[in-house]
Amino acid sequence: MDLRTPIGLLFSIFGVLLLGFGATHTGADFERVGVNVNLAWGGVLLGFGAFMLLLAALARRKAEPDHD
Amino acid sequence: MSGFVAEEPLLSLHFHPLLIDYIIIGLYFAFVLGIGFVLRKQMKTSEDFFLSGRSVASWITGLAFLSANLGALEMIGMAASGAKYGMLTSHFYWVGAVPAMVFVAIFMMPFYYGSKARSVPEYLRLRFDEKTRALNAMTFAVMTLLTSGMSMYAMALLFQSLLGWHFAVSVWISAGIVLAYTVTGGLTSSIYNEVLQFFLIVLGFVPLTFLGLKQVGGWAGLSARLATTHPGYLHMWKNMNHASANPMGVEWFGLVMGLGFVLSFGYWCTDFLVIQRAMAAKDMTGAQRTPLIAALPKMLFPFVVILPGILALALVPLTQWPAQNGTANFNQALPLMIAQYYPSGMLGLGLTALLASFMSGMAGNVTAFNSVFTYDIYQSYIRKSAPDKHYLAVGRWTTLAGIVLSVGTAYVVAQFDNLMDYMQLVFSFVNAPLFATFLLGMFWKRATGHGAFWGLLSGICAATGHYGLTTAEGKGGWIAVLHTYPSSMAQNFWGAIWAFSVSLLMTIILSLLTTPRPEAELVGLVRSMTPHASESHLAWYQRPVYLGMGVVAVLIGLNFWFR
Repeated sequence: MDLRTPIGLLFSIFGVLLLGFGATHTGADFERVGVNVNLAWGGVLLGFGAFMLLLAALARRKAEPDHD
Repeated sequence: MSGFVAEEPLLSLHFHPLLIDYIIIGLYFAFVLGIGFVLRKQMKTSEDFFLSGRSVASWITGLAFLSANLGALEMIGMAASGAKYGMLTSHFYWVGAVPAMVFVAIFMMPFYYGSKARSVPEYLRLRFDEKTRALNAMTFAVMTLLTSGMSMYAMALLFQSLLGWHFAVSVWISAGIVLAYTVTGGLTSSIYNEVLQFFLIVLGFVPLTFLGLKQVGGWAGLSARLATTHPGYLHMWKNMNHASANPMGVEWFGLVMGLGFVLSFGYWCTDFLVIQRAMAAKDMTGAQRTPLIAALPKMLFPFVVILPGILALALVPLTQWPAQNGTANFNQALPLMIAQYYPSGMLGLGLTALLASFMSGMAGNVTAFNSVFTYDIYQSYIRKSAPDKHYLAVGRWTTLAGIVLSVGTAYVVAQFDNLMDYMQLVFSFVNAPLFATFLLGMFWKRATGHGAFWGLLSGICAATGHYGLTTAEGKGGWIAVLHTYPSSMAQNFWGAIWAFSVSLLMTIILSLLTTPRPEAELVGLVRSMTPHASESHLAWYQRPVYLGMGVVAVLIGLNFWFR
């Protein structure tokens, strides 16, 4: 099992959850220093998760060049 | 409500997680168990279970090498030290870890990996003799279990105070999850989860630094705020000329020799918990790259864990911190920052990062314990030749026993408050002299088994004696008081220097008085008897020596920048 897959998956899910929560829970209670932290960081996590999944997919592609 | 504003000091912070936070934590548990379950099929031999079949990529072993050492006690403790001592705390990561990591990678890994030893005590048997192995195996096994138990205790206590989770619930749930994923997936499961932990820590705590710096007005703003109350807090070497000039109570020689050399080399170069991760690498250069790959994020960690502590100090006046015995409780630095900056959602992420550090710390200790017990104690003294399947089964049962004993330790420590301090002390008594044993073993072919064993033992006694004859902050000196140190840290560093020196001296003297083994037996175990492997077949960025030089360059740069 390529470790990048579960890592990518977990952080992508976290990212989506935080993006969703951040988009639906706004206002002073959920902002810090003027930033909607859930929304902002949710995006970062999703980006990181997607990047890891991409690396895993590329590694898979490299290992089976005859399949397509 | 997810933020916190206080006009009066609190005894402790309380978080109030929402459903989203529990979902995040629950997902983490599910993934961790899932990884263990998927890896179960790969655990066919004892080498798979204890050493991952020596097949893991170096980026994974490198991050695991770093993470195995990062318990949550470290997260909380480093932030607390950041608040207490400022940037000086970075010495623990820079001078106090990186040089040792570079040294073990370039100079010692060829013998650990090349000797095909399956554990650190086994290397000692190959190089010296059975009794040296036994001493190391017994002390390591006990220490690593105690560490696991203390980790469990600290975690349960923290979650009890922050979230109101019942002590027993935290202990048994975390024990159950760690048991499930280590019994199924062995070392590989532990390593994979350590890498997951690494990313969780970075992604879970870095926003605290960003938001804190944003609020305080960047580095310049931080500097300005601390200038009157805590000058010199952002400097690392400026006030190191004399012990009384800095809050740690240490001067540069004690720091460099005690922490930078003896204590850090004693840990990073000999502790099986981290060395085991390098031994799981797929080849020699992978094993050598492991500590170097770990050193790079290690150098950046002060900005992830220490800086939040300094920011907490700058942003919240000490009078408003949760207090203990009338003074600010520095251990609340990280929780304070989480409370200030993480609404629900992020709170779940932060709590998961803390949970992940505790649990992977326990898993690391348990996997190191089950290897040392099965190979160095069970196979050496109880049942010497059985089919491999038998040892694999023993490994699984030992994992269960290790977890149960850790839980027991957690309950014992809960009863005796000061026990943890004494345990930490004992660990440093053992590690410092051990480094002398390995140094002589790997680089001096004349070192003998009798010399190593008695030298190590006398080093441990010297450490104990030093503690009995000196005091610091009211502790120690139960034999007589010959000297008083300005801080416990100074006492610890100088004790380590004494222990190392005595071990070194006694090992040399006793080795010269006893007969060494024939040189031919030492090939692959000692530097002068082992042919040097060539790196010319590797690309420049894969060569351990170049990577090592790069790491040292960054280290010097960082120390200069924050001098």
